[in-house]
Amino acid sequence: MLILAFDTATPAITAALCQSDAEGGALVRAAASTVDARHHGELLTPQIRDVMARAGADLGEVTHIAVGIGPGPYTGLRVGLATAHALADALGVPCHGVATLDAVALASGREEPFVAATDARRKEVFWARYADSRTRTGEIAVDRPADVDTGGLPVIGHGAQLYTEVFGAAAADPEPLYPTAAAIGEIVLRRLAAGEPLPEPRPLYLRRPDAVLPGAPKKVRQWQT
Amino acid sequence: MSSLDQPLILGIETSCDETGVGLVRGCELLGDEVASSVDQHARFGGVVPEVASRAHLEAMTPTVRRALDSAGVKLADVDAIAVTAGPGLAGALLVGVSAAKAYAMALGKPLYGVNHLVGHVAVDQLEHGPLPKPAIALLVSGGHTSLLLMRDLATDVQSLGDTVDDAAGEAYDKVARLLNLPYPGGPPIDRAAREGDARAIRFPRGKWGDGTYDFSFSGLKTAVARWVEDTVRDGREVPVNDIAAGFQESVVDVLTRKAVDACLEHGVEHLVISGGVAANSRLRALAEQRCAEAGINLRVPRPRLCTDNGAMIAALGAEVVAAGLPPSSLNLATDTSLPVDRPLAA
Repeated sequence: MLILAFDTATPAITAALCQSDAEGGALVRAAASTVDARHHGELLTPQIRDVMARAGADLGEVTHIAVGIGPGPYTGLRVGLATAHALADALGVPCHGVATLDAVALASGREEPFVAATDARRKEVFWARYADSRTRTGEIAVDRPADVDTGGLPVIGHGAQLYTEVFGAAAADPEPLYPTAAAIGEIVLRRLAAGEPLPEPRPLYLRRPDAVLPGAPKKVRQWQT
Repeated sequence: MSSLDQPLILGIETSCDETGVGLVRGCELLGDEVASSVDQHARFGGVVPEVASRAHLEAMTPTVRRALDSAGVKLADVDAIAVTAGPGLAGALLVGVSAAKAYAMALGKPLYGVNHLVGHVAVDQLEHGPLPKPAIALLVSGGHTSLLLMRDLATDVQSLGDTVDDAAGEAYDKVARLLNLPYPGGPPIDRAAREGDARAIRFPRGKWGDGTYDFSFSGLKTAVARWVEDTVRDGREVPVNDIAAGFQESVVDVLTRKAVDACLEHGVEHLVISGGVAANSRLRALAEQRCAEAGINLRVPRPRLCTDNGAMIAALGAEVVAAGLPPSSLNLATDTSLPVDRPLAA
């Protein structure tokens, strides 16, 4: 299996080409990450092209697409998903989703329980609890940092770094701040090898769109009444 | 030259609430599929950008597949990808551009980021053949009201005038709300106006005879609001059909007058009217009458091609390729306010 993995659900644009090794693990042929919260749309495809070139591989050899499905700020998140859908369609290969927080967790390599949190904007974080780097123990939620039930566990990720004043000592060691595409690829490789189900490549938004129903039209003659 | 000798262009459009995918060779339309999220916006009385962006992501690749199927071609047959780079809603544009880049990269084919507004004019070539040069274009939609001097679709587009406030289609939507008609407001106002008397109420003509090719519809909308409020205050029944007819007459009177004036001043014999509002029956009728009187050849694409679609982007892409312009790079940025004089984004 040759997996092209990427994620754009955080300020990081990350891409990697992962190959299954003999032990069922992931061999990272090439990887790249750039932190630039405002240019996911410009940077992702050139980064994928560069990763392929550095790996000396052709897109036609890719057997699976793996993409981070968030949650994360919506505009950036959709760059990764739209790219994944179109690449999978054009290459005729399957596309799988990975929760972005699961990739942050895996990249941490931690063996003890922790909380992973990413920035949800609007003074909130996306977060979930983990028993170790490979095992999420609850649903992913969006909350204000003060409302996150950390259970006294360390908090990692960009969300921890942004709100150290709320999380205090629990956020003393927030690395890694962002997911890595290598972790996205490894999660897909491992689950495919184990025959475990993977999420559809559809975005986790966790919030409804902001939209207000219109009221009655404003009066234009109110100054006369 | 048969169209088979010309490159097959895949066009992708996601600037507002329609996910459009078209396939074009030269001036020949091969496939045109649109997935619209308009029903999801209707209760909000206008397009909700986040709702539109979510819908684009869901619809993008399925719409590409439907367009390929209806055109009877394969993705591997595509010679170039054209995509709307702007103007439009940021999050919506980004879905189409991201997908287009991925298709271009995977297929190893050139990518062209093109201008949505110019696409609205280029689409006429799919119905009426190559656009004579020069031509004047009146572009009227929910987001735009522009008069353009088109010397060349791919390389020479000049803006003569624009709306200074609301777009024509936006005025239709707002007046529809005042009259308790559904969103989008164009079709219901057009229908109501046909039952009304356009001379019963004379609404003001914005920027009429001001010597520019600019437009203004905000004052007209306020005039309608005043009329409705006064009628309600006096306990009279609101004459919806007459108001719709009077409002519509004011809009199309100014649009057609300025478009014909632009043709005459610039010595141009061809006028194209396109954009969603070009589907309006009274605009078409009055434009035909005034163009005939002035000896101007009028071209209006069929309504299906006037509203946002991917074929218009493929049509402009075909022009850009034929003109030998360089492809866009994979780091192409969207531009929510891409000016109309740039048919090809950087």
